[in-house]
Amino acid sequence: MNAVSLRPDLARIAGWIAPETRVLDLGCGDGELLAHLRDQKQVSGYGVEIDMDGVIGCVARGVNVIQRDLESGLAGFDAHSFDYVVLSLTIQSMKRVEAIIDEMLRVGRTGIVTFPNFGYWENRWQLALGGMPVSETIPYQWYNTPNIHLCTLRDFEALLAQHGARITSQIVMHQGRRITFMPNLLGSLALVRFEKHETAGV
Amino acid sequence: MSHDPHSVGLVHAQCAEFDEPLQLQGGAVIPHYQLMYETYGTLNAERSNAILICHALSGNHHVAGRYTEEDKYPGWWDTMVGPGKPIDTNRFFVVGVNNLGGCHGSTGPSSIDPATGQPWGSRFPVVVVNDWVHAQARLADRLGIERWAAVIGGSLGGMQALRWTVTFPQRVRHCLTIASAPKLTAQNIAFNDVARTAILADPDFHGGDYYQHGVSPKRGLKLARMLGHITYLSDEGLGGKFGRNLKAEGYQFGYGTEFEIESYLRYQGDRFADVFDANTYLLMTKALDYFDPARHFGGSLPAALAASPAQYLVVSFTSDWRFSPERSKETVKGLLDAKKPVTYAEIESVHGHDAFLMTDEPYMRLMDAYLKRVADEVGA
Repeated sequence: MNAVSLRPDLARIAGWIAPETRVLDLGCGDGELLAHLRDQKQVSGYGVEIDMDGVIGCVARGVNVIQRDLESGLAGFDAHSFDYVVLSLTIQSMKRVEAIIDEMLRVGRTGIVTFPNFGYWENRWQLALGGMPVSETIPYQWYNTPNIHLCTLRDFEALLAQHGARITSQIVMHQGRRITFMPNLLGSLALVRFEKHETAGV
Repeated sequence: MSHDPHSVGLVHAQCAEFDEPLQLQGGAVIPHYQLMYETYGTLNAERSNAILICHALSGNHHVAGRYTEEDKYPGWWDTMVGPGKPIDTNRFFVVGVNNLGGCHGSTGPSSIDPATGQPWGSRFPVVVVNDWVHAQARLADRLGIERWAAVIGGSLGGMQALRWTVTFPQRVRHCLTIASAPKLTAQNIAFNDVARTAILADPDFHGGDYYQHGVSPKRGLKLARMLGHITYLSDEGLGGKFGRNLKAEGYQFGYGTEFEIESYLRYQGDRFADVFDANTYLLMTKALDYFDPARHFGGSLPAALAASPAQYLVVSFTSDWRFSPERSKETVKGLLDAKKPVTYAEIESVHGHDAFLMTDEPYMRLMDAYLKRVADEVGA
């Protein structure tokens, strides 16, 4: 069964997504998550990917994919046209972080973002020893990293609040396992689910 | 010539005659017509593996292979169609057709009108993309193809593929529209108008009835083609190929052909004007200009596409400015708004609009991956 081979963090995301819904997967790579959701949960939707190999991977899996740079936003996708918008392990390398959060809240009902937690103790420890952290979820040297916007779980919570979103669930993981004790310290990978704060109204 | 295992090899054209009158969108009726076509591969027992290739402005039914071993060039999309190629003739039954109004054997302005015994000339009615789709559907009926596994085309051919899913939504599984647009912009129509003006202004045009005068408006057609050719290539592509190279040493300070690009363009124009019919060129450019499937749906492309169960692949090329990625994105937007299954790829290429006929590696890999899925899906 596909569910067994799905990457652990993607399996957690899949667990948050209800059957027969519409999903937009930003930075979808070769479409692994969407193919799984289609086969296991009758989910429809699209991936968005800039890399040609990823696009061709999606095509080979029969996953709908739109090739584009996420930095240019989600123009072309109507407001409220998806149940879920997923941004997996991508936000840390984006220039326009605030813009993409706003766009996710515009086109989707629920947002799901995963990112390497900079607050993970190994990162803190390496910094304390005087060097930039290199760890499982941030496996780059400072001079060749694509990551330009690293944050801790707490930082990300604050950003969501600023943009009128409320967290509905979060999971912190390390090496494929869920961390429940002191997550911002002991988890290297953060998964956050959020919705737009309902404004006043009937 | 050595045998190429990835070529469909020697092929021959066929002719289908139609006696049932065809009502055209412009109001005219063609009482009787013929369509030239070629097929490659084998139609399977379920008749589920058929692919229609729609040609662009100057194309025809000769998509792949050669008529004789001595042919200098194969069909116009031989790079894409053949055994083991992306449109794999080991799996698919591929149909190429010369559209109505063409000049390669299908009924067109240069054909003889049986009513008068003279070439149709100026009396041949203007034909639009939707008319072609209706004519192609009759050919599909004739071949016993109820539903295409895919309808595929680049440029004007991509418009036909898209139109198929509007006019006959139940008859298309996959629509591949490449380097195309849901309608032309003013700039694009303007280029077509300059091309037409060049033909119409040629003294040899004779109001479209030049056949009887034993001439053809070659100078106008040559100019039209030269202009078109420039718009099909990118600045980068032309620059890389010709730069400012001169044919001779130093400037001649005259008005002859000095730069290599000039001699290339003139050669291309002459070669084209020798083999193509000016009336067909006029007709094809008008079909481009008129294309706008949303028009009868209150200007809404999603509404036009609403009934389609097809899956779509939309492809554009970064250096194509005649049918830029922005135009393809309009198609994608319409499909997204209609909640249709669509994949969009923007291929890095220096080949401009002509890239859809080229073999840039990511393009070929994408087409191969997509069509393998189609083949698996239809049991080809």
